[in-house]
Amino acid sequence: MTMNTPAPTPSVSHRRLIGKLLAGVAAAFAFGFALVPLYDVLCAATGFNGKTEGSPKGVGGFSLGGFGSRTAEPLSRIDRSRTVTVEFTGTVMPGLPWDMRPLTFNLDIHPGEMQLVKYLVRNTSDQPITGQAVPSVSPGQAAQHFDKIECFCFSQQTLAPGESREMPLTFIIKPEIGKDIRHVTLSYSFFSAVPDKTALNARE
Amino acid sequence: MSHATTAPHESHDHAHYPGGILRWLTTTNHKDIGTMYLLFALIMFFVGGAMILAVRVELFQPGLQLMQPELFNQLIGVHALVMIFAALMPAATGFANWQIPLMIGAPDMALPRINNLGFWLLPPAALLLTLPFVLALFGVGDGAVATGWTLYAPLSVQGGLGVDFAIFSIHILGISSILGSINVIVTIFNLRAPGMTMMKLPVFAWGWLITAFLLIATIPVLAGAVTMLLTDRHFGTHFFNAAGGGDPILFQHLFWFFGHPEVYILLLPLWGLIPHVLATFSRKPIYGYRAQVYSFIAIGLLSVIVWAHHFFTAGLPVPALLYFMYSTMSISLPLAVLFFCWIATMWKGSMSFETPMLFAQGFIVLFGIAGLTGLVLADVAADAQYHHSYFVVAHFHYALFAGGIMGVMTGVYYWLPKWTGYMIDEKLGKLHFWLTIISFNLTFMPQFFVGLAGMPRRIPDYALQFAEFNAISTVGALILGFSQLLFAYNIWKCAKGAEYGLPKAEGRAWEGGESLEWELPSPPPHHSWETPPVIK
Repeated sequence: MTMNTPAPTPSVSHRRLIGKLLAGVAAAFAFGFALVPLYDVLCAATGFNGKTEGSPKGVGGFSLGGFGSRTAEPLSRIDRSRTVTVEFTGTVMPGLPWDMRPLTFNLDIHPGEMQLVKYLVRNTSDQPITGQAVPSVSPGQAAQHFDKIECFCFSQQTLAPGESREMPLTFIIKPEIGKDIRHVTLSYSFFSAVPDKTALNARE
Repeated sequence: MSHATTAPHESHDHAHYPGGILRWLTTTNHKDIGTMYLLFALIMFFVGGAMILAVRVELFQPGLQLMQPELFNQLIGVHALVMIFAALMPAATGFANWQIPLMIGAPDMALPRINNLGFWLLPPAALLLTLPFVLALFGVGDGAVATGWTLYAPLSVQGGLGVDFAIFSIHILGISSILGSINVIVTIFNLRAPGMTMMKLPVFAWGWLITAFLLIATIPVLAGAVTMLLTDRHFGTHFFNAAGGGDPILFQHLFWFFGHPEVYILLLPLWGLIPHVLATFSRKPIYGYRAQVYSFIAIGLLSVIVWAHHFFTAGLPVPALLYFMYSTMSISLPLAVLFFCWIATMWKGSMSFETPMLFAQGFIVLFGIAGLTGLVLADVAADAQYHHSYFVVAHFHYALFAGGIMGVMTGVYYWLPKWTGYMIDEKLGKLHFWLTIISFNLTFMPQFFVGLAGMPRRIPDYALQFAEFNAISTVGALILGFSQLLFAYNIWKCAKGAEYGLPKAEGRAWEGGESLEWELPSPPPHHSWETPPVIK
């Protein structure tokens, strides 16, 4: 790293260094965008943020959130030795004039048991509106073991003016769920499905 | 270190530059540009300070007296953005411009025109950031960005046009920072005086070098994040929109991937200048030069892998929490090395307590409090209680006011004689120091207590039991704010030293000053080190 003479032709040697540094800037900018898919992969592998969709197994069996309880067996058996309490909740996001509430607030189930619960959703406006429910499971470690067989969140839901509808959800909590998890909360956020900026920005 | 002093003669000083405003618009001289950076930082320091004084006055009592919550939310966020991007960062770049060429024996910065561009991007960016306040007065939009400086989605996706202004402002500020960083790196790598190896580089230059690399690694990630925010807001993408399959937590990861290194970006140049000041006024060489340089590098590397400690409560899995907790706490090891070296530099020295030395020592004590309270916050279990409380506000003001702003003040008082050719008014400088340090603690110490008691930050109203501490804090903030007028006056007085009859500064303005800049006359000629010094 020693430099014993002043740079004889500065512009030349500067240019190469500047080029490398600019390449570093470009790489960092690209890295920022690369973090978006990386983050999704990480979420699928670990259950960060309670995302329940996607591959249930970690990448290459690597799973941070499962506490080593990730056996690859089929989910045929029911673990009757323990129960998990599942709580249901839901929110309607601003810009969607709907009401929603779970018809079952909580349920004690054995891991591996299939269950059916319903949410009651009502359109309080005088217009037909389409909404999309986005689920989230907490704690995050439970998310990858929470399998939805049938869910109203799999597709968009359209409600006529004033219409009420019971929306079903069938799910299994897989027996691989960590032994230390005894409580799981499933939360739905209902969004307006039309990407209507003016509805979201109603406060402006 | 002994140098063959080859300062050019006065005859070189008659530079051929245009007069008036055109001189400042077109200058490529590192001293002129450094001065502009520092003055810009000083002005924005007062702008950001005025904003937060209004906030503190609102918080003097519970209830809403002075302003509505909307304006409150705008003021706290823009205060932070102004202080970080328009005051602290430009001040550090001003130091780099003035001092790096002087201290490494270079005739100028390596890329003088880029340097000029880097500065002149700043005023438009600052204007963009604050313009929405003015537009709102004329009924356009609903004011400046009201999300806090962190711009968290989904709030920022829904916010008004102030968010767009902030996004563009951040883009421009980011470009300016990157240009400045490239300039610093090229200057340090290519323009060192003969014989100055990397391990003979002044500590200040080392601090800035690490800062420059951190800026290059992280500012583009922030630029990417706010670009995603922009497309989410206007072009129908769903990066952070859960309804479209995106994830608002992703924004927190992207933001803090930049945001945590940013803390060290702000502080590393100052950690670099503090040892010079301590050594000068202890009349001893800097203790542990290598240890400090390696600590800088270690902190730079660690800073990019600890970001999630800013949102422990967002719902991370336990193994991730543990990882981020331990990695965060490990930063305290190199930091402890720095503290040790600073204290050891003063150990058994023949110390004198001129203004810069007072500021440097105040810096060590108060920044130490920032570090220790930071360890508390890094604890996952404790953080669940302290997150988003005034404890956090107090902690990062000990880091960024006591560590950041007071570090800048240390540098300004230390180098003003070099820049202006006149010694500072010691009496007023010491008055400024004592006013600052007492009122700073009066302002922020109570915030630790209200934070521990559970007062949340970013809320314009609060419960009655917090009233006394908030009243004390507001009184402290008002004294702190108005004391800074004395800082501006001291700079003015020193710049006009002849009119005020201040003593002229010698080349070696402080008798213990050992680094290269003290070999030059004070003020240095317009073009210095045209013949590089030889370091043996």
